[in-house]
Amino acid sequence: MDTMSQTTTSPPVAWGRVRRSRYVADRALKAICILFTALGVFVLGWILLMLLYQGVSALRPEVFTRTTPGPMTQGGGIANAIAGSLVLTFLGIVVATPVGVLAGTYLAEYGKGSKLAEVIRFVNDILLAAPSILIGLFVYTLMVQPMGGYSGWAGGVALAIIAVPVIVRTTEDMLRIVPGSLREAGAALGAPMSKVITKITWRAARAGMVTGILLATARIAGETAPLLFTALNNNFWFRADLMGGVANLPVMIYQYALSPYQNWRELAWAGALVITLTILALSIAARLLFRKETAR
Amino acid sequence: MSTIAVNTSGAVGRTVADATAPVRIAVRNLNFYYGDFRSLKDISLNFYDRQVTALIGPSGCGKSTLLRTFNRIYSLYPEQRAEGEILLDGQNVLSPSIDVNELRARVGMVFQKPTPFPMSIYDNIAFGLRLYENLPRSELDGRVEEALRKAALWDEVKDKMRQSGMGLSGGQQQRLCIARTIAQQPEVILLDEPTSALDPISTGKIEELIEQLRTEFTIVIVTHNMQQAARISQFTAFMYLGELVEFGPTNKMFMTPTKKQTQDYITGRFG
Repeated sequence: MDTMSQTTTSPPVAWGRVRRSRYVADRALKAICILFTALGVFVLGWILLMLLYQGVSALRPEVFTRTTPGPMTQGGGIANAIAGSLVLTFLGIVVATPVGVLAGTYLAEYGKGSKLAEVIRFVNDILLAAPSILIGLFVYTLMVQPMGGYSGWAGGVALAIIAVPVIVRTTEDMLRIVPGSLREAGAALGAPMSKVITKITWRAARAGMVTGILLATARIAGETAPLLFTALNNNFWFRADLMGGVANLPVMIYQYALSPYQNWRELAWAGALVITLTILALSIAARLLFRKETAR
Repeated sequence: MSTIAVNTSGAVGRTVADATAPVRIAVRNLNFYYGDFRSLKDISLNFYDRQVTALIGPSGCGKSTLLRTFNRIYSLYPEQRAEGEILLDGQNVLSPSIDVNELRARVGMVFQKPTPFPMSIYDNIAFGLRLYENLPRSELDGRVEEALRKAALWDEVKDKMRQSGMGLSGGQQQRLCIARTIAQQPEVILLDEPTSALDPISTGKIEELIEQLRTEFTIVIVTHNMQQAARISQFTAFMYLGELVEFGPTNKMFMTPTKKQTQDYITGRFG
Protein backbone atom coordinates (compact mmCIF):
# COMPACT_ATOMS: atom_id res chain seq x y z
CA MET A 1 0.00 0.00 0.00
CA ASP A 2 2.81 2.36 0.90
CA THR A 3 4.60 2.02 -2.40
CA MET A 4 1.34 2.46 -4.26
CA SER A 5 0.59 5.79 -2.62
CA GLN A 6 4.17 6.91 -3.13
CA THR A 7 4.21 6.33 -6.86
CA THR A 8 0.95 8.15 -7.32
CA THR A 9 1.99 11.22 -5.33
CA SER A 10 5.59 11.60 -6.55
CA PRO A 11 6.16 13.67 -9.72
CA PRO A 12 6.14 11.68 -12.94
CA VAL A 13 9.56 10.58 -14.18
CA ALA A 14 10.66 12.63 -17.16
CA TRP A 15 11.60 10.72 -20.27
CA GLY A 16 15.26 10.92 -21.31
CA ARG A 17 16.47 11.46 -17.79
CA VAL A 18 18.42 8.17 -17.74
CA ARG A 19 21.98 9.07 -18.57
CA ARG A 20 23.38 8.04 -21.94
CA SER A 21 26.44 6.48 -20.33
CA ARG A 22 24.20 3.83 -18.77
CA TYR A 23 23.06 2.68 -22.18
CA VAL A 24 26.67 2.54 -23.33
CA ALA A 25 27.72 0.50 -20.28
CA ASP A 26 24.78 -1.83 -20.81
CA ARG A 27 25.62 -2.42 -24.45
CA ALA A 28 29.32 -2.87 -23.68
CA LEU A 29 28.71 -5.52 -21.03
CA LYS A 30 26.38 -7.37 -23.35
CA ALA A 31 28.96 -7.28 -26.15
CA ILE A 32 31.73 -8.58 -23.89
CA CYS A 33 29.55 -11.43 -22.66
CA ILE A 34 28.66 -12.43 -26.21
CA LEU A 35 32.30 -12.20 -27.29
CA PHE A 36 33.57 -14.56 -24.60
CA THR A 37 30.68 -16.98 -25.07
CA ALA A 38 31.52 -17.07 -28.76
CA LEU A 39 35.17 -17.68 -27.91
CA GLY A 40 34.27 -20.70 -25.77
CA VAL A 41 31.91 -22.10 -28.37
CA PHE A 42 34.48 -21.46 -31.08
CA VAL A 43 37.15 -23.55 -29.31
CA LEU A 44 34.69 -26.34 -28.71
CA GLY A 45 33.54 -26.19 -32.33
CA TRP A 46 37.14 -26.23 -33.53
CA ILE A 47 37.87 -29.37 -31.51
CA LEU A 48 34.75 -31.09 -32.82
CA LEU A 49 35.42 -30.10 -36.42
CA MET A 50 39.02 -31.27 -36.23
CA LEU A 51 37.84 -34.51 -34.68
CA LEU A 52 35.19 -35.02 -37.36
CA TYR A 53 37.61 -34.17 -40.17
CA GLN A 54 40.32 -36.55 -38.98
CA GLY A 55 38.05 -39.15 -37.42
CA VAL A 56 35.51 -39.64 -40.18
CA SER A 57 38.20 -40.27 -42.80
CA ALA A 58 39.71 -42.91 -40.48
CA LEU A 59 36.37 -44.52 -39.80
CA ARG A 60 36.33 -47.52 -42.12
CA PRO A 61 34.10 -50.58 -41.48
CA GLU A 62 37.00 -52.78 -40.39
CA VAL A 63 37.71 -50.31 -37.56
CA PHE A 64 34.72 -51.85 -35.81
CA THR A 65 35.56 -55.47 -36.61
CA ARG A 66 39.30 -55.89 -36.29
CA THR A 67 41.55 -55.71 -33.28
CA THR A 68 44.26 -53.12 -32.71
CA PRO A 69 47.31 -53.79 -34.87
CA GLY A 70 50.86 -54.36 -33.68
CA PRO A 71 53.77 -52.23 -34.85
CA MET A 72 54.76 -52.25 -38.53
CA THR A 73 51.49 -53.83 -39.70
CA GLN A 74 48.85 -52.52 -42.06
CA GLY A 75 45.22 -51.61 -41.27
CA GLY A 76 43.65 -52.99 -38.15
CA GLY A 77 40.73 -51.77 -36.08
CA ILE A 78 39.73 -50.83 -32.56
CA ALA A 79 36.98 -53.40 -31.94
CA ASN A 80 38.76 -54.86 -28.91
CA ALA A 81 39.29 -51.41 -27.41
CA ILE A 82 35.62 -50.49 -27.88
CA ALA A 83 34.50 -53.74 -26.27
CA GLY A 84 37.00 -53.31 -23.44
CA SER A 85 35.90 -49.75 -22.78
CA LEU A 86 32.27 -50.86 -22.65
CA VAL A 87 33.13 -53.56 -20.12
CA LEU A 88 35.28 -51.27 -17.96
CA THR A 89 32.73 -48.45 -17.97
CA PHE A 90 29.92 -50.87 -17.21
CA LEU A 91 31.91 -52.40 -14.34
CA GLY A 92 32.74 -48.97 -12.97
CA ILE A 93 29.19 -47.69 -13.05
CA VAL A 94 27.70 -50.91 -11.67
CA VAL A 95 30.02 -50.68 -8.67
CA ALA A 96 29.65 -46.91 -8.26
CA THR A 97 25.87 -46.58 -8.57
CA PRO A 98 24.75 -48.38 -5.40
CA VAL A 99 27.57 -46.86 -3.36
CA GLY A 100 26.94 -43.36 -4.69
CA VAL A 101 23.16 -43.48 -4.48
CA LEU A 102 23.13 -44.88 -0.95
CA ALA A 103 25.81 -42.49 0.31
CA GLY A 104 23.97 -39.55 -1.27
CA THR A 105 20.75 -40.76 0.33
CA TYR A 106 22.45 -40.92 3.71
CA LEU A 107 23.69 -37.35 3.34
CA ALA A 108 20.33 -35.97 2.24
CA GLU A 109 17.94 -38.01 4.38
CA TYR A 110 19.51 -39.58 7.45
CA GLY A 111 22.57 -37.49 8.14
CA LYS A 112 20.87 -34.10 8.23
CA GLY A 113 22.84 -31.89 10.59
CA SER A 114 25.11 -34.68 11.82
CA LYS A 115 28.88 -34.28 12.16
CA LEU A 116 29.52 -37.53 10.33
CA ALA A 117 27.57 -36.32 7.31
CA GLU A 118 29.55 -33.11 7.26
CA VAL A 119 32.82 -35.05 7.25
CA ILE A 120 31.62 -37.40 4.51
CA ARG A 121 30.47 -34.48 2.39
CA PHE A 122 33.86 -32.80 2.79
CA VAL A 123 35.79 -35.96 1.91
CA ASN A 124 33.51 -36.51 -1.06
CA ASP A 125 34.22 -33.02 -2.35
CA ILE A 126 37.95 -33.69 -2.09
CA LEU A 127 37.52 -36.97 -3.95
CA LEU A 128 35.54 -35.12 -6.61
CA ALA A 129 38.55 -32.93 -7.29
CA ALA A 130 41.24 -35.61 -6.77
CA PRO A 131 43.69 -35.99 -9.69
CA SER A 132 42.64 -39.12 -11.52
CA ILE A 133 46.23 -40.37 -11.89
CA LEU A 134 46.34 -40.59 -8.10
CA ILE A 135 43.34 -42.86 -8.10
CA GLY A 136 45.09 -45.03 -10.72
CA LEU A 137 48.13 -45.35 -8.46
CA PHE A 138 45.96 -46.07 -5.46
CA VAL A 139 44.18 -48.95 -7.16
CA TYR A 140 47.54 -50.15 -8.51
CA THR A 141 48.83 -50.69 -4.96
CA LEU A 142 45.45 -51.87 -3.73
CA MET A 143 44.66 -54.41 -6.44
CA VAL A 144 47.21 -54.77 -9.22
CA GLN A 145 50.16 -55.57 -6.98
CA PRO A 146 48.38 -58.09 -4.69
CA MET A 147 46.64 -59.76 -7.64
CA GLY A 148 49.91 -60.06 -9.47
CA GLY A 149 49.00 -58.24 -12.64
CA TYR A 150 46.87 -55.76 -14.53
CA SER A 151 43.18 -56.58 -14.81
CA GLY A 152 39.82 -55.28 -15.91
CA TRP A 153 38.66 -55.58 -12.32
CA ALA A 154 41.26 -53.08 -11.17
CA GLY A 155 40.29 -50.80 -14.07
CA GLY A 156 36.60 -51.05 -13.16
CA VAL A 157 37.30 -50.22 -9.53
CA ALA A 158 39.47 -47.23 -10.48
CA LEU A 159 36.69 -45.88 -12.71
CA ALA A 160 34.15 -46.52 -9.95
CA ILE A 161 36.19 -44.40 -7.55
CA ILE A 162 36.02 -41.56 -10.08
CA ALA A 163 32.27 -42.02 -10.54
CA VAL A 164 31.22 -42.39 -6.88
CA PRO A 165 31.71 -38.76 -5.78
CA VAL A 166 29.85 -37.52 -8.86
CA ILE A 167 26.89 -39.77 -8.09
CA VAL A 168 26.95 -38.95 -4.35
CA ARG A 169 26.83 -35.26 -5.15
CA THR A 170 24.03 -35.37 -7.71
CA THR A 171 21.98 -37.79 -5.62
CA GLU A 172 22.24 -35.58 -2.54
CA ASP A 173 21.44 -32.42 -4.51
CA MET A 174 18.45 -33.98 -6.23
CA LEU A 175 17.02 -35.40 -2.99
CA ARG A 176 17.39 -32.02 -1.33
CA ILE A 177 15.16 -30.44 -3.96
CA VAL A 178 12.32 -32.81 -3.04
CA PRO A 179 10.02 -30.71 -0.82
CA GLY A 180 9.89 -31.68 2.85
CA SER A 181 6.09 -31.63 2.64
CA LEU A 182 6.22 -34.81 0.55
CA ARG A 183 8.23 -36.59 3.25
CA GLU A 184 5.81 -35.35 5.91
CA ALA A 185 2.87 -36.58 3.85
CA GLY A 186 4.44 -40.03 3.60
CA ALA A 187 5.25 -40.12 7.31
CA ALA A 188 1.72 -38.92 8.12
CA LEU A 189 0.34 -42.13 6.58
CA GLY A 190 2.44 -44.12 9.01
CA ALA A 191 5.17 -45.01 6.53
CA PRO A 192 8.55 -45.71 8.12
CA MET A 193 11.42 -43.59 6.86
CA SER A 194 12.80 -46.39 4.69
CA LYS A 195 9.48 -46.61 2.80
CA VAL A 196 9.22 -42.84 2.45
CA ILE A 197 12.71 -42.75 0.92
CA THR A 198 12.46 -45.73 -1.41
CA LYS A 199 8.87 -45.23 -2.57
CA ILE A 200 8.43 -41.47 -2.47
CA THR A 201 11.58 -39.34 -2.36
CA TRP A 202 13.63 -41.52 -4.71
CA ARG A 203 10.75 -41.54 -7.12
CA ALA A 204 10.34 -37.79 -6.94
CA ALA A 205 14.07 -37.30 -7.56
CA ARG A 206 14.39 -40.14 -10.07
CA ALA A 207 15.05 -38.09 -13.18
CA GLY A 208 17.81 -36.07 -11.57
CA MET A 209 19.43 -39.12 -10.02
CA VAL A 210 19.48 -41.05 -13.30
CA THR A 211 20.84 -37.96 -15.03
CA GLY A 212 23.68 -37.90 -12.50
CA ILE A 213 24.47 -41.57 -13.17
CA LEU A 214 24.46 -40.98 -16.93
CA LEU A 215 26.79 -38.00 -16.57
CA ALA A 216 29.09 -40.05 -14.33
CA THR A 217 29.10 -42.72 -17.06
CA ALA A 218 30.07 -40.13 -19.63
CA ARG A 219 32.80 -38.90 -17.32
CA ILE A 220 34.47 -42.29 -16.76
CA ALA A 221 34.09 -43.41 -20.37
CA GLY A 222 36.83 -40.97 -21.33
CA GLU A 223 39.13 -41.34 -18.31
CA THR A 224 42.67 -42.35 -19.21
CA ALA A 225 44.92 -41.91 -16.20
CA PRO A 226 43.13 -44.32 -13.82
CA LEU A 227 43.42 -47.05 -16.46
CA LEU A 228 47.16 -46.60 -17.15
CA PHE A 229 48.11 -48.44 -13.96
CA THR A 230 45.14 -50.78 -13.74
CA ALA A 231 43.60 -52.11 -16.93
CA LEU A 232 46.60 -51.09 -19.01
CA ASN A 233 45.95 -51.83 -22.67
CA ASN A 234 46.85 -54.51 -25.21
CA ASN A 235 46.13 -55.65 -28.73
CA PHE A 236 43.80 -58.53 -27.91
CA TRP A 237 40.23 -59.19 -26.96
CA PHE A 238 39.78 -59.17 -23.20
CA ARG A 239 39.94 -62.52 -21.46
CA ALA A 240 36.82 -63.95 -19.83
CA ASP A 241 38.35 -63.51 -16.37
CA LEU A 242 39.40 -59.93 -17.25
CA MET A 243 42.97 -60.65 -16.08
CA GLY A 244 46.14 -59.56 -17.80
CA GLY A 245 44.99 -56.16 -18.95
CA VAL A 246 42.01 -55.05 -20.97
CA ALA A 247 42.18 -53.04 -24.19
CA ASN A 248 40.34 -49.74 -23.94
CA LEU A 249 39.82 -46.61 -26.01
CA PRO A 250 41.42 -43.87 -23.86
CA VAL A 251 44.74 -45.64 -23.31
CA MET A 252 44.71 -46.86 -26.93
CA ILE A 253 44.33 -43.25 -28.08
CA TYR A 254 47.11 -42.16 -25.74
CA GLN A 255 49.51 -44.80 -27.09
CA TYR A 256 48.55 -44.69 -30.76
CA ALA A 257 48.28 -40.96 -31.20
CA LEU A 258 51.94 -40.44 -30.36
CA SER A 259 53.18 -43.35 -32.45
CA PRO A 260 55.27 -43.06 -35.61
CA TYR A 261 52.84 -45.25 -37.59
CA GLN A 262 50.29 -43.68 -39.89
CA ASN A 263 47.63 -46.40 -39.38
CA TRP A 264 47.97 -46.15 -35.58
CA ARG A 265 47.42 -42.42 -35.63
CA GLU A 266 44.35 -42.82 -37.81
CA LEU A 267 42.93 -45.39 -35.43
CA ALA A 268 43.53 -42.99 -32.53
CA TRP A 269 41.40 -40.39 -34.34
CA ALA A 270 38.71 -42.97 -35.00
CA GLY A 271 38.71 -43.94 -31.33
CA ALA A 272 38.53 -40.32 -30.22
CA LEU A 273 35.54 -39.76 -32.48
CA VAL A 274 33.77 -42.88 -31.17
CA ILE A 275 34.30 -41.84 -27.54
CA THR A 276 33.19 -38.27 -28.15
CA LEU A 277 30.03 -39.31 -29.96
CA THR A 278 29.20 -41.78 -27.19
CA ILE A 279 29.65 -39.16 -24.50
CA LEU A 280 27.62 -36.68 -26.54
CA ALA A 281 24.83 -39.23 -26.88
CA LEU A 282 24.87 -39.92 -23.14
CA SER A 283 24.72 -36.22 -22.30
CA ILE A 284 21.86 -35.63 -24.71
CA ALA A 285 20.00 -38.64 -23.30
CA ALA A 286 20.51 -37.30 -19.77
CA ARG A 287 19.16 -33.90 -20.76
CA LEU A 288 16.14 -35.27 -22.59
CA LEU A 289 15.28 -37.56 -19.70
CA PHE A 290 15.59 -34.78 -17.15
CA ARG A 291 13.51 -32.39 -19.22
CA LYS A 292 10.80 -34.95 -19.89
CA GLU A 293 10.47 -35.98 -16.24
CA THR A 294 10.57 -32.50 -14.78
CA ALA A 295 8.05 -31.19 -17.29
CA ARG A 296 5.42 -33.51 -15.87
CA MET B 1 -17.70 -27.68 28.28
CA SER B 2 -20.81 -29.30 29.62
CA THR B 3 -23.14 -26.72 28.16
CA ILE B 4 -25.00 -27.75 25.09
CA ALA B 5 -25.14 -24.94 22.59
CA VAL B 6 -28.32 -23.84 20.96
CA ASN B 7 -28.16 -23.07 17.29
CA THR B 8 -29.60 -19.61 17.21
CA SER B 9 -28.67 -18.62 13.69
CA GLY B 10 -28.50 -20.34 10.35
CA ALA B 11 -25.36 -18.43 9.51
CA VAL B 12 -23.26 -19.94 12.22
CA GLY B 13 -22.69 -23.65 12.64
CA ARG B 14 -24.71 -25.88 10.39
CA THR B 15 -24.90 -28.46 13.08
CA VAL B 16 -25.30 -28.02 16.78
CA ALA B 17 -22.35 -29.02 18.89
CA ASP B 18 -22.86 -32.25 20.75
CA ALA B 19 -20.96 -31.98 24.00
CA THR B 20 -22.40 -35.27 25.16
CA ALA B 21 -20.29 -37.00 22.53
CA PRO B 22 -17.47 -39.04 24.05
CA VAL B 23 -14.06 -37.42 24.26
CA ARG B 24 -11.75 -38.72 21.54
CA ILE B 25 -8.64 -36.72 22.27
CA ALA B 26 -7.92 -35.17 25.64
CA VAL B 27 -5.04 -32.72 25.80
CA ARG B 28 -3.63 -32.15 29.28
CA ASN B 29 -1.05 -29.51 30.19
CA LEU B 30 0.63 -29.65 26.82
CA ASN B 31 3.80 -27.63 26.33
CA PHE B 32 5.73 -27.52 23.10
CA TYR B 33 9.25 -26.36 22.37
CA TYR B 34 11.10 -25.42 19.21
CA GLY B 35 14.58 -25.70 20.68
CA ASP B 36 14.39 -23.33 23.65
CA PHE B 37 11.34 -21.46 22.43
CA ARG B 38 8.14 -22.48 24.17
CA SER B 39 5.41 -22.24 21.57
CA LEU B 40 2.54 -23.94 23.38
CA LYS B 41 1.78 -23.06 26.97
CA ASP B 42 -0.14 -25.45 29.19
CA ILE B 43 -2.82 -26.34 26.68
CA SER B 44 -5.71 -28.42 27.99
CA LEU B 45 -8.82 -29.19 25.97
CA ASN B 46 -11.01 -31.99 24.66
CA PHE B 47 -11.85 -33.07 21.14
CA TYR B 48 -15.16 -34.83 20.83
CA ASP B 49 -15.99 -37.93 18.86
CA ARG B 50 -17.32 -37.29 15.36
CA GLN B 51 -17.33 -33.53 15.78
CA VAL B 52 -15.41 -30.99 13.77
CA THR B 53 -13.21 -28.80 15.93
CA ALA B 54 -11.70 -25.72 14.36
CA LEU B 55 -8.46 -24.21 15.64
CA ILE B 56 -8.35 -20.51 14.91
CA GLY B 57 -6.04 -17.65 15.78
CA PRO B 58 -3.54 -15.29 14.17
CA SER B 59 -0.41 -16.58 12.43
CA GLY B 60 2.14 -17.98 14.84
CA CYS B 61 -0.37 -18.57 17.63
CA GLY B 62 0.46 -22.26 17.75
CA LYS B 63 -2.62 -23.79 16.14
CA SER B 64 -0.66 -25.76 13.54
CA THR B 65 1.87 -26.72 16.18
CA LEU B 66 -0.93 -28.12 18.32
CA LEU B 67 -2.32 -30.06 15.36
CA ARG B 68 1.10 -31.51 14.61
CA THR B 69 1.42 -32.99 18.10
CA PHE B 70 -1.59 -35.31 17.67
CA ASN B 71 0.21 -37.57 15.19
CA ARG B 72 3.68 -36.64 16.44
CA ILE B 73 4.68 -35.50 12.97
CA TYR B 74 6.83 -32.87 14.70
CA SER B 75 9.15 -35.68 15.82
CA LEU B 76 10.61 -35.77 12.30
CA TYR B 77 12.56 -32.74 13.48
CA PRO B 78 14.93 -33.49 16.36
CA GLU B 79 14.86 -29.97 17.80
CA GLN B 80 11.11 -30.09 18.43
CA ARG B 81 9.58 -31.68 21.53
CA ALA B 82 6.30 -31.87 23.36
CA GLU B 83 5.65 -32.29 27.09
CA GLY B 84 2.39 -33.18 28.78
CA GLU B 85 -0.32 -35.60 27.81
CA ILE B 86 -2.38 -36.19 24.71
CA LEU B 87 -4.80 -38.98 25.42
CA LEU B 88 -6.22 -40.71 22.37
CA ASP B 89 -8.92 -43.03 23.68
CA GLY B 90 -7.23 -42.81 27.05
CA GLN B 91 -3.75 -43.68 25.79
CA ASN B 92 -0.99 -41.06 25.94
CA VAL B 93 0.33 -40.70 22.39
CA LEU B 94 3.38 -38.79 23.62
CA SER B 95 4.55 -41.83 25.56
CA PRO B 96 7.77 -43.30 24.10
CA SER B 97 6.17 -46.75 24.09
CA ILE B 98 3.72 -45.70 21.37
CA ASP B 99 4.67 -46.78 17.84
CA VAL B 100 4.53 -43.52 15.88
CA ASN B 101 3.83 -45.21 12.56
CA GLU B 102 0.87 -47.05 13.99
CA LEU B 103 -0.31 -43.81 15.61
CA ARG B 104 -0.11 -42.03 12.25
CA ALA B 105 -2.20 -44.72 10.62
CA ARG B 106 -4.85 -44.06 13.30
CA VAL B 107 -4.56 -40.28 13.14
CA GLY B 108 -4.48 -39.13 9.51
CA MET B 109 -3.31 -35.74 8.33
CA VAL B 110 -3.93 -33.54 5.30
CA PHE B 111 -1.64 -30.61 4.65
CA GLN B 112 -2.01 -27.04 3.44
CA LYS B 113 -0.44 -27.67 0.07
CA PRO B 114 -1.70 -30.74 -1.76
CA THR B 115 1.00 -33.41 -1.62
CA PRO B 116 0.25 -36.07 -4.22
CA PHE B 117 3.00 -38.67 -4.42
CA PRO B 118 4.86 -39.00 -7.74
CA MET B 119 2.93 -42.11 -8.73
CA SER B 120 -0.40 -43.06 -10.28
CA ILE B 121 -3.72 -42.01 -8.75
CA TYR B 122 -4.35 -45.64 -7.83
CA ASP B 123 -0.96 -46.06 -6.17
CA ASN B 124 -1.38 -42.81 -4.26
CA ILE B 125 -4.30 -44.42 -2.42
CA ALA B 126 -2.89 -47.94 -2.33
CA PHE B 127 0.41 -46.73 -0.84
CA GLY B 128 -1.04 -46.28 2.65
CA LEU B 129 -3.13 -49.45 2.40
CA ARG B 130 -0.16 -51.61 1.49
CA LEU B 131 1.75 -50.38 4.53
CA TYR B 132 -0.40 -52.08 7.13
CA GLU B 133 -2.64 -54.50 5.34
CA ASN B 134 -1.81 -57.32 3.01
CA LEU B 135 -4.86 -57.20 0.82
CA PRO B 136 -5.59 -59.31 -2.25
CA ARG B 137 -5.82 -57.32 -5.46
CA SER B 138 -9.61 -57.32 -5.74
CA GLU B 139 -10.04 -56.11 -2.20
CA LEU B 140 -7.38 -53.45 -2.67
CA ASP B 141 -9.24 -52.21 -5.76
CA GLY B 142 -12.43 -52.06 -3.70
CA ARG B 143 -10.82 -50.08 -0.90
CA VAL B 144 -9.26 -47.63 -3.35
CA GLU B 145 -12.62 -47.05 -5.03
CA GLU B 146 -14.40 -46.69 -1.70
CA ALA B 147 -11.91 -44.07 -0.52
CA LEU B 148 -12.18 -42.11 -3.76
CA ARG B 149 -15.97 -42.21 -3.58
CA LYS B 150 -15.95 -40.95 -0.02
CA ALA B 151 -13.63 -38.16 -1.06
CA ALA B 152 -16.02 -37.25 -3.89
CA LEU B 153 -13.31 -37.80 -6.47
CA TRP B 154 -14.24 -41.17 -7.97
CA ASP B 155 -16.32 -39.86 -10.87
CA GLU B 156 -13.54 -37.52 -11.96
CA VAL B 157 -10.70 -40.06 -11.89
CA LYS B 158 -12.23 -43.51 -12.41
CA ASP B 159 -11.08 -43.61 -16.05
CA LYS B 160 -7.54 -42.48 -15.35
CA MET B 161 -6.45 -44.43 -12.32
CA ARG B 162 -3.09 -45.24 -13.94
CA GLN B 163 -2.24 -41.61 -14.66
CA SER B 164 0.03 -39.61 -12.39
CA GLY B 165 -1.58 -37.98 -9.39
CA MET B 166 0.52 -34.92 -10.13
CA GLY B 167 -1.57 -34.22 -13.25
CA LEU B 168 -4.75 -33.43 -11.31
CA SER B 169 -5.91 -29.90 -10.49
CA GLY B 170 -5.12 -28.43 -7.07
CA GLY B 171 -8.58 -29.15 -5.69
CA GLN B 172 -8.56 -32.68 -7.05
CA GLN B 173 -5.08 -33.24 -5.62
CA GLN B 174 -6.30 -32.17 -2.20
CA ARG B 175 -9.27 -34.54 -2.41
CA LEU B 176 -6.83 -37.26 -3.49
CA CYS B 177 -4.85 -36.57 -0.31
CA ILE B 178 -8.04 -36.79 1.74
CA ALA B 179 -8.95 -40.05 0.00
CA ARG B 180 -5.47 -41.37 0.74
CA THR B 181 -5.98 -40.56 4.40
CA ILE B 182 -9.47 -42.00 4.81
CA ALA B 183 -8.51 -45.17 2.92
CA GLN B 184 -6.53 -46.17 6.00
CA GLN B 185 -9.73 -45.90 8.06
CA PRO B 186 -8.24 -43.66 10.73
CA GLU B 187 -10.11 -42.54 13.84
CA VAL B 188 -9.09 -38.93 13.66
CA ILE B 189 -8.37 -36.69 10.67
CA LEU B 190 -6.18 -33.62 11.09
CA LEU B 191 -6.58 -30.91 8.46
CA ASP B 192 -3.93 -28.19 8.36
CA GLU B 193 -5.47 -25.29 6.43
CA PRO B 194 -6.61 -27.72 3.73
CA THR B 195 -8.26 -25.09 1.53
CA SER B 196 -5.95 -22.11 1.81
CA ALA B 197 -4.22 -23.00 -1.49
CA LEU B 198 -7.49 -23.63 -3.33
CA ASP B 199 -10.01 -21.60 -5.32
CA PRO B 200 -13.50 -20.97 -3.88
CA ILE B 201 -15.19 -23.76 -5.83
CA SER B 202 -12.65 -26.36 -4.75
CA THR B 203 -12.91 -24.98 -1.23
CA GLY B 204 -16.66 -25.45 -1.30
CA LYS B 205 -16.26 -29.06 -2.36
CA ILE B 206 -13.79 -29.79 0.41
CA GLU B 207 -16.07 -28.17 2.97
CA GLU B 208 -18.99 -30.31 1.83
CA LEU B 209 -16.73 -33.31 2.09
CA ILE B 210 -15.72 -32.45 5.65
CA GLU B 211 -19.41 -32.17 6.53
CA GLN B 212 -19.93 -35.74 5.28
CA LEU B 213 -16.77 -37.18 6.80
CA ARG B 214 -17.85 -35.96 10.22
CA THR B 215 -20.35 -38.82 10.44
CA GLU B 216 -17.44 -41.25 10.52
CA PHE B 217 -14.37 -39.45 11.76
CA THR B 218 -13.31 -37.05 14.46
CA ILE B 219 -11.96 -34.00 12.64
CA VAL B 220 -9.62 -31.25 13.77
CA ILE B 221 -9.10 -28.41 11.30
CA VAL B 222 -6.73 -25.49 11.43
CA THR B 223 -8.06 -22.55 9.47
CA HIS B 224 -7.31 -18.91 8.91
CA ASN B 225 -10.73 -18.40 7.49
CA MET B 226 -13.19 -17.50 10.22
CA GLN B 227 -16.24 -17.98 8.00
CA GLN B 228 -14.98 -21.44 7.25
CA ALA B 229 -14.65 -22.24 10.94
CA ALA B 230 -18.16 -20.96 11.49
CA ARG B 231 -19.55 -22.93 8.55
CA ILE B 232 -18.08 -26.33 9.15
CA SER B 233 -17.17 -26.77 12.79
CA GLN B 234 -19.15 -27.70 15.87
CA PHE B 235 -16.44 -26.64 18.27
CA THR B 236 -13.92 -23.85 18.03
CA ALA B 237 -10.73 -23.19 19.93
CA PHE B 238 -9.21 -19.74 19.76
CA MET B 239 -5.49 -19.54 20.38
CA TYR B 240 -3.20 -16.59 20.83
CA LEU B 241 0.56 -16.50 21.48
CA GLY B 242 0.74 -20.18 22.30
CA GLU B 243 -2.14 -20.12 24.74
CA LEU B 244 -5.65 -21.41 24.49
CA VAL B 245 -7.76 -18.31 25.02
CA GLU B 246 -11.19 -19.80 24.68
CA PHE B 247 -12.81 -23.04 23.67
CA GLY B 248 -16.45 -23.87 23.21
CA PRO B 249 -19.26 -24.73 20.83
CA THR B 250 -18.79 -22.80 17.60
CA ASN B 251 -22.17 -21.06 17.95
CA LYS B 252 -21.30 -19.67 21.28
CA MET B 253 -17.74 -18.74 20.27
CA PHE B 254 -19.01 -16.67 17.37
CA MET B 255 -22.16 -15.23 18.93
CA THR B 256 -21.30 -14.67 22.57
CA PRO B 257 -17.61 -15.19 23.26
CA THR B 258 -16.71 -14.69 26.90
CA LYS B 259 -13.21 -13.30 26.34
CA LYS B 260 -12.64 -9.88 24.84
CA GLN B 261 -9.65 -11.15 22.82
CA THR B 262 -11.84 -13.74 21.13
CA GLN B 263 -14.41 -11.13 20.24
CA ASP B 264 -11.77 -8.78 18.88
CA TYR B 265 -10.28 -11.50 16.70
CA ILE B 266 -13.59 -12.81 15.42
CA THR B 267 -14.82 -9.34 14.55
CA GLY B 268 -11.57 -8.63 12.74
CA ARG B 269 -10.15 -6.07 15.10
CA PHE B 270 -6.76 -7.78 15.07
CA GLY B 271 -5.08 -10.81 13.55
